[in-house]
Amino acid sequence: MDSKLYAGVDIGASRTKVAILNGDKQLIGYSVRKSGTDFGKTADMGLVDSLKMAGAAGKNVAGCVSTGYGRNNVSFSQETKTEIGCHAKGCYHYFPMAMTIIDIGGQDNKIIKVDAKGRRINFKMNRKCAAGTGAFLEEMAMRLDIPLEEMDALARQSEEMVELGSYCTVFSGTEVLEKIRQGKTVAAIVKGLFYSVIKRVLEMDSLTDKVAMTGGVVAHNPYLIQMVEETTQKKILVPEHPQLTGAVGAALFAMEAQ
Amino acid sequence: MAEQKQVTFKKIAATKACKKLMADHFYELDEASRTGSRKIAWCTSVGPAELLRGMGFLVYFPENHGAMLGATRMSTDLIPYANAQGYSPDICSYLTSDVGSYIQKKSPLTKVYNIESVPKPDVLVFNTNQCRDVQDWFAWYARELKVPLVGVHTHRDIGAIGSVQIQDIGSQFEDMVPELEAVAGEKLDMDRFKEALAYSRRTSELWRACLESAGALPSPWTFFDATIHMGPAVVARGTKEAVDYYELLLPELQQRIKDGVAAVEGEKHRIYWEGMPIWGKLRPLSDQFASLKTCVVASTYCNSWIFDQLDPAAPFESMGRAYTELFIVRDEPFKERYITDCFEKYKFDGILFHDAKTCPNNSNNRYGMPERLSQKLGIPVLTINGDLCDLRCYSEEQAKTNIEAFIEQLEE
Repeated sequence: MDSKLYAGVDIGASRTKVAILNGDKQLIGYSVRKSGTDFGKTADMGLVDSLKMAGAAGKNVAGCVSTGYGRNNVSFSQETKTEIGCHAKGCYHYFPMAMTIIDIGGQDNKIIKVDAKGRRINFKMNRKCAAGTGAFLEEMAMRLDIPLEEMDALARQSEEMVELGSYCTVFSGTEVLEKIRQGKTVAAIVKGLFYSVIKRVLEMDSLTDKVAMTGGVVAHNPYLIQMVEETTQKKILVPEHPQLTGAVGAALFAMEAQ
Repeated sequence: MAEQKQVTFKKIAATKACKKLMADHFYELDEASRTGSRKIAWCTSVGPAELLRGMGFLVYFPENHGAMLGATRMSTDLIPYANAQGYSPDICSYLTSDVGSYIQKKSPLTKVYNIESVPKPDVLVFNTNQCRDVQDWFAWYARELKVPLVGVHTHRDIGAIGSVQIQDIGSQFEDMVPELEAVAGEKLDMDRFKEALAYSRRTSELWRACLESAGALPSPWTFFDATIHMGPAVVARGTKEAVDYYELLLPELQQRIKDGVAAVEGEKHRIYWEGMPIWGKLRPLSDQFASLKTCVVASTYCNSWIFDQLDPAAPFESMGRAYTELFIVRDEPFKERYITDCFEKYKFDGILFHDAKTCPNNSNNRYGMPERLSQKLGIPVLTINGDLCDLRCYSEEQAKTNIEAFIEQLEE
């Protein structure tokens, strides 16, 4: 067995994810932190945490690839790849088949299509607007004065779902106020917000072959996956740690580079 | 830490002559504007410059000024002043930049050429073959400066061009002659008009040859180079100076091909740029593509100043044809055929569509063309959101990631 360790660092707009793989491509350590304002330092701390979790505290990694918005700020990475490439790589590692990958991140949504060999054949990112991303849900949680982590349970418990029509995060906020004024429950509004995220994503591209979902929003809101399945009538594949998919993909690139 | 690759470019020697031609153009206009020595016509970029030269006008192109405002990144600060006059942020940002520039009395001509302001027009001449916005743009100045406004209204979404369109546009050009003569204070000199047409035709032939030199492997120059070197084809169309310039540039490009000189060292990928340039970001985009060993070899945009149907033997009719057959005037099937022909000619691996927020007429991604062309040509496509001048509409980080991911995809 290859005893070397490989690191992947995904510095996203919201969170920094570090994944440590062993030579058998097993995820043996990871870390998720707020990206903050010092990406380099956050990545350093994430590496320390994830190596500790891997039982390899203080050890050097044989290779590291960084990805995400802060990919150029990682002092210990040898190469950068885009998050599109890393999500495709990571997802194909878990599900080696032709598929459409939906990644809902803090500030970006991506739809990536890979063929049966894992090669990317197409991708689309959301336009400039953050509607339909994690940032949208964060903003709405603030407006509704609820903790972000309670959204999933609230949406799940609601029979009713309000209709939200706007493209724009700010206008959606106004719509939410209107729903509150109409006496709609917070749970019904949150369910409507989840559906709004799904609509924004599904309008980006068609879904072909199998469909997988990744990213922080999916990791923290499993009910959203169920709603996507109901909406699309498709079974959705989800990696064990959906938020780490990009970091895992980056670590796999690091391994390949050796 | 992964380092950003530094990029060096091989200088095109003709650039010096290009800069001189552009400077002379503005100094001549400025002198005429200050002294009244010559009449000045403002003309849309693909308006009837030859006809105006036939009446002795000096010709000034506000779209060129718009591009300069974009390239110098002055636009984003100036656009809001036009917005405040009721001109929406969603309309052409050449228009809003230029009107904002006028209101604020700020022009890149001052910084670059030490010229106080753009030249004062005696007449404003538009052709809506570009879009309707040029008409509204010139109409603003017509009201503001109290100068006559004349124009040609082009047919749109044309498939096969028939005699109906050619005769109509030719007649519209002919009909504007008396009004222009009244402003010029002289009759149309047919010999001078025909001479301007011949120069335009020759300029077009040379410019086409320059652009088509990018079909070579590796390409001797890039789309970003061409956006600069198209200046003479825009502002000096119909003059000997433009012909002289491209007779200088073309051999240099041909020599590069002969010597195997690549504009992008180690060229690995070739891309077609569809849509407007992002004027304020030419350098970072050019650097990024070069660092990815990718040459943007061709574009519809730079090809739009080819008027090789112009014929001095049939002045008005040939103008009717030349100004109607442009890509921007045509229907979707024509546009797809056009890009397919370019695919054969330039051998590119992918197409980048620039969806320019304020330029729907020149954003060809909006009706499913990228998907259709990707399927037809078997190559990937990418759409980036941005704008020609308004950098508020452009997310640089997102565009950079999209481009990088696109090139990664080509390498898989």
